[in-house]
Amino acid sequence: MYDVVIIGAGVTGCAIARELSRYKANICVLEKGDDVCSGTSKANSGVIHSGFDCKPGSLMAKLNVEGNKLMWKWAKDLDFPVKQNGALVVCTHEEDMPNLERLLDQGKKNGVEGVKILSREEVLEREPNLTDKTIAALWAPTGGVICPFKFTIAMAENANVNGTEFKLETEVEKVVKKDGHYLLETNKGPIETKCVINAAGVYADKFHNMVSEKKIHITARKGQYLLLDKELGGLFKASVFPVPGVMGKGVLTAPTIHGNLYVGPSADDVEDKEATYTTQEILSMLVEKAGESHLIKGRLPMNKVITSFSGLRPHEDNKEFIVQEVEDAEHFFDAAGIESPGLTSAPAIGVMMAEMVSEKYHFEKKDDFAETRKGFIEFDALSNEEKAALIKERPEYGSIVCRCEMVTEGQIIDAINRPLGATSMDGIKRRTRAGMGRCQAGFCTPRTMEILARELGKDMEDITKKGTGSNLLVGKPKHI
Amino acid sequence: MKSYDIVIVGGGPAGLAAAVSAKESGIDNILILERDKVLGGILNQCIHNGFGLHTFKEELTGPEYAARFMKQVFDLGIPYKLNTMVMDISEDKVVTAMNKEDGLFQIQAKAVILAMGCRERPRGALNIPGYRPAGIYSAGTAQRLINIEECMPGKEVVILGSGDIGLIMARRMTLEGAKVKAVAELMPYSGGLKRNIVQCLDDFDIPLKLSHTVVDIKGDKRVEGITIAEVGPDRKPIPGTEEHIPCDTLLLSVGLIPENELSNKMNVEIERVTNGPAVNESLETNIEGVFACGNVLHVHDLVDYVSEEAKTAGANAAKYVKGERNEGKAGSEIALVPTDGVRYTVPKVIRPECMEDKLTVRFRVGDVYKNSYVSVYFGDERVQHKKKVVIEPGQMEQVVLSKEQLLSNPELKSITVKIEKE
Amino acid sequence: MENRELTCIGCPLGCQITVMMDQGEIKEVTGNTCPRGEEYARKEVLAPTRIVTSTVRLEGGDIAAIPVKTKQDIPKSKIFDVMDELKDVVVKVPVHIGDVVLEDVAGTGVPVIATKDAE
Repeated sequence: MYDVVIIGAGVTGCAIARELSRYKANICVLEKGDDVCSGTSKANSGVIHSGFDCKPGSLMAKLNVEGNKLMWKWAKDLDFPVKQNGALVVCTHEEDMPNLERLLDQGKKNGVEGVKILSREEVLEREPNLTDKTIAALWAPTGGVICPFKFTIAMAENANVNGTEFKLETEVEKVVKKDGHYLLETNKGPIETKCVINAAGVYADKFHNMVSEKKIHITARKGQYLLLDKELGGLFKASVFPVPGVMGKGVLTAPTIHGNLYVGPSADDVEDKEATYTTQEILSMLVEKAGESHLIKGRLPMNKVITSFSGLRPHEDNKEFIVQEVEDAEHFFDAAGIESPGLTSAPAIGVMMAEMVSEKYHFEKKDDFAETRKGFIEFDALSNEEKAALIKERPEYGSIVCRCEMVTEGQIIDAINRPLGATSMDGIKRRTRAGMGRCQAGFCTPRTMEILARELGKDMEDITKKGTGSNLLVGKPKHI
Repeated sequence: MKSYDIVIVGGGPAGLAAAVSAKESGIDNILILERDKVLGGILNQCIHNGFGLHTFKEELTGPEYAARFMKQVFDLGIPYKLNTMVMDISEDKVVTAMNKEDGLFQIQAKAVILAMGCRERPRGALNIPGYRPAGIYSAGTAQRLINIEECMPGKEVVILGSGDIGLIMARRMTLEGAKVKAVAELMPYSGGLKRNIVQCLDDFDIPLKLSHTVVDIKGDKRVEGITIAEVGPDRKPIPGTEEHIPCDTLLLSVGLIPENELSNKMNVEIERVTNGPAVNESLETNIEGVFACGNVLHVHDLVDYVSEEAKTAGANAAKYVKGERNEGKAGSEIALVPTDGVRYTVPKVIRPECMEDKLTVRFRVGDVYKNSYVSVYFGDERVQHKKKVVIEPGQMEQVVLSKEQLLSNPELKSITVKIEKE
Repeated sequence: MENRELTCIGCPLGCQITVMMDQGEIKEVTGNTCPRGEEYARKEVLAPTRIVTSTVRLEGGDIAAIPVKTKQDIPKSKIFDVMDELKDVVVKVPVHIGDVVLEDVAGTGVPVIATKDAE
């Protein structure tokens, strides 16, 4: 019997796992994907929101602002990449000016530091590639960008090193309330636990509703993105938002932490919670929006799009985070409705949930908790001297596998052999960026497969893109 | 820092031919840097035949063609490093590279020949919607997996793109046991050779769907099927024409892009149409002593032309190193202007004093032209007018200019190359 | 009377050629632009041949397979017979370009030869 089982190894589940791993408790994270960070957490804007967008007084506002503050410390402790580039909400129509003022007011009420309105001249001086139609902009200096994969993986690794168990490709099918504990029926057999934390993203309502009469409803709100070549990453310094509408923060044009530029997300509610496909209609809309100088001076060269992707926001009907023990289901805790700014809020959600759970069960703090973690070696970011020294020590760092992102064999080997290491191509990609560049894995696929097979002691034919059922090969030539 | 007269980036067909030619032009201190574990580049995976008719007057397979040039490199004792990635080249030609044995190292070059080749356009460039499952490969990746790694990437295949690589892969997959259900082509014509359409598709009854594209990819884990649709003259899908094809693999053969990341970093001027460096008659870029040839300069149709072009680059780099170049009078540059169907020319400018007696100008057209003429104008004066039964985008065309003719027109500022109906 | 339609591969023009046949004999060739077209059509209808290229498994080298081809062209109808016979061929290093890996493939009298060196 576990003390705590967390359903879902996305950013929320992993943040909670990391904070709970401070305590002497028997904790397990269940994830239906083959890796952590394989659902909504892997397909979002990668933005650290400052918090001006949330309704004052809401839990969302509180956790966003707190999460933002914690993020910079966590980035240092857990060694994952963040960058504070600030956020701009650009106003291009006079009639939207009151909305901009409202955002400013909201930001101040929420306790967002340094938020202010910049004049047209001030904005254009900062961002010369903004549209000439710019009238003014809201500036939030605490906005930033983050690598959502490395963030989630960092927390998961840290939790794992501190004793938290992770069961991957383990899908919870049923939650059964027992006498003072829960039985989870999974595809890998039954699991018993004293306490359940529901961090199941778009499926959080499904599990909540299995144990509670007070139903919640989560809608999968699809966001689609276009990712452009690094050549364009320098277009804007800040993350650039339009003035928001009812469906969310609107279509951004922003640099990623890795220097690509993206356009997105769209917002469409979908029935199917697995519908992570992109659609012709939306991609064309994004191309048009981006191309037609939506917020950009001139046109974006759309032939520089290298890929498109989509993610499903877990939108709760009241557009509010639910982080609490379920009223009519003792020992069952929700972390539900964690849509944007969920990524930013994750550290604060982790802290809040860990406090609630540890207090209730009187968990004792560990003496030997490892607060820090050493991150992945980012070879491309090293100086020539550092590169030379590293290759001398470990020659496999002298062999480039992914030439677009300059990822070495050493990085891929490390990604496989770390705690909760990569077991699939997408796992390698999220940890090292191999295959994430402009050729989209055209050149490195065979090499990466070879290294995965070698390190895991598998046949090439057993290598998958993302776990069971996603094998890349079907057999040998002449023998299929 | 070790120094070399000529450093050649890339040991594929272009790099090898450039090295041989530089060596034969009297330069001994040459180094080829190759990122793969063997020389020969993409030819290693092009195991089909049809290479070398121009160069060797016989039909060879890719590996055989590469071997001919590799033998020359070995016989001439030209040094090379394998598994070596060039990380950076500075404007003063300090080359930073690395491999497992030497670690990270820097060498000084007097001249650099860029011969990095090209890469395939990915799915994203086409905005193909749908899931992102296993089973979507660029045609070249599939080619490598089958022909070199001895692995089959799929059983039931749809191919998007009917350029030669797409066609060749349709045959390869069929021969090795897969079922190729269709080849879809966005354009109303195929960019591939007629021979490949007949021998790679017709021979195996594989349908070629012109004016079609992929509008959806089904399957979350592995491809389960794709939807194709007909496109209108604006190349946008026509609603109602969708056809679902169950399959486990989608191969993309949707164009090649010269790999100029290194060139960009060293501020080599890049041409918008070719995505390759802008070069003069010596195949020299805007940076003196930096030359380019092969698919990094512009995507070729035949490897024979790559070899020919690379020979020119090698010889010119040798001349540059030896200081034997006739630099010409200041300002005596003639611009080559592509118009009326001609999309680009390589080179872009000519300094008549620096050119050889004959200069081959290569170009491609933007559409299919039948019974038309390739014309060259010196100002208003038409100096060449050659009838061609057919000219198409998939095939590289060329005109030859003579030094004598250019020198006898000292006031000439530009030369126009165009397609004319009569 | 029977008509065979084919595309000429002689040049990019790709003429659509019609060959009119009567009891296995060519009566008329139409649609071609040049004499080469007729020549191609006649051969393609009466005795089409192809070079077949593939790979066979390699043992002892640092690559998994070695590319091969039929030394001359073989009847088009035999393409899959050739592939079938290559199925279980395994060669050992060293192999050199031109080495015969399979004699008289599929009864064509043509050998299959290696197209790459492997030590």
